[in-house]
Amino acid sequence: MYVATQDDGALGEGEGKGAGDADAAGTPIGRRVVLGMLGLGALGIAVGDRVQGAVESALRPVTQNDPTGLSSFVPTAGRFRIYSVTAHLPERSREEYRLTVDGLVERPLTLTFDDLTSMPQTELVRDFQCVTGWRVADVHWKGVLLSDLLDEAGVADGATHLRIWSFDGAYTESLTLDQARRGDMLAAHEMLDGPVSREHGGPVRLFVGPMYGYKSLKWLERIEVVDALHPGYWEVRGYDVDAWVGRSNGRDDEPTT
Amino acid sequence: MRVPPVEGADAEPGLDPEPLPGPGSGLIARFSRAERALHWATAAAVLACAVTGFVLYVGPLTALVGRRTLVKDVHVVAGLAMPVPLVLAYAGRWRDSVRADVRRLARWTAADRRWLLSRGREATGEVGKFNGGQKANAAFVLGMIPIMVATGSIMRWPDPFALSYRTGATFVHDWTAIATWVVVAGHVLIALSDPGSLRGMLTGRVTRSWAERRHPRWAAGHASPEPRVDEAVDRPLR
Repeated sequence: MYVATQDDGALGEGEGKGAGDADAAGTPIGRRVVLGMLGLGALGIAVGDRVQGAVESALRPVTQNDPTGLSSFVPTAGRFRIYSVTAHLPERSREEYRLTVDGLVERPLTLTFDDLTSMPQTELVRDFQCVTGWRVADVHWKGVLLSDLLDEAGVADGATHLRIWSFDGAYTESLTLDQARRGDMLAAHEMLDGPVSREHGGPVRLFVGPMYGYKSLKWLERIEVVDALHPGYWEVRGYDVDAWVGRSNGRDDEPTT
Repeated sequence: MRVPPVEGADAEPGLDPEPLPGPGSGLIARFSRAERALHWATAAAVLACAVTGFVLYVGPLTALVGRRTLVKDVHVVAGLAMPVPLVLAYAGRWRDSVRADVRRLARWTAADRRWLLSRGREATGEVGKFNGGQKANAAFVLGMIPIMVATGSIMRWPDPFALSYRTGATFVHDWTAIATWVVVAGHVLIALSDPGSLRGMLTGRVTRSWAERRHPRWAAGHASPEPRVDEAVDRPLR
């Protein structure tokens, strides 16, 4: 930046011309402040990944006992970031909401929001780990096990995978049938101790407990049972299909299960 | 290369077509047209980034606005535009006025530190064209812009960067953004509480009495052949 072009040396002639230029004297602290900030910024890029966990733990006593809610603006690791792949965040009310389970099934299902909430409910508390690095500790989830939905529909012979669709019109995901039958795979309608909000993928989203966040598709609309792998939105763009936390995408995060 | 600092009406021929007040008039030239353009263009970019960044940062607001891609695009364009006024300010013949004030802002005297630490209560008689707070603000903004452009670029175009750097860039971007909100809010509140100062950045000129009150050593450099009696009593000009 241009600060570096300033002369740090003795005053040139004409610079100390009387009281009006009193501040042309003095030490170039302004430049030190700028360079110091740039140094800190570079350091933060290098070590921020490791530092932010410590910052979060240090701030946790404050953020967990904060009646004002202001601490939710504090950028620690324990904070969801809102991503979407389409121009508009999709919106669908609970009344309009439908979940379809179809494909290689004996009884295709079309479930309303109330249908879902009257099925057996499963609650989980798991860390949520994004492949871009942030992690939210101890997120509370509630919803219907994918295995219950699959049993309700009756999976036909020869089926191997799920192809999962979002009502944002663009996002898709994939799971093997074996993965989908685990006990930490939900069609979730509650997270963070409340309904799944619009920006978090409400009214119903996928929660794939052991995998990176991109597997937990938001705005869940359709679960299609198929007999081949159809890689999801990010998976055709280079991310791993089997996105186990800590064992994929070149990352070594602590597993979430 | 050294350009002697220049100031006042003679410093910028042709830049301000209307005649500037001469010695003894009630107004003193404070900022050239180029400096004001630099200030307000930078302010517009920072404000656009602050508003769109807030929307992107706060989940429920993102949902309320809905058009996340548009908000993101505005944020990125405004962010990339942030350093442009600075570059342009140094690109033309108008750079002399900018350089002279940047030099003033960069140098801190013991009196500036005392002024800043006492929050403007001490060393008020020592204040030149810029006080310690203005110098601190300028240094912060000058450091903030490259940090935000660099970290924001890593977030927007992450492919060449290792994941740990992307995370680190996000970390730095977020915390610097919070600091910027605080500094800019303080800057705006102080400006609004001091109309004389705001007028300087809006019109380029300030009244002599304001300058003598707030920036006495700078005002003293602007010769006033006929000091008014009330000023001469308790505030010797030299």
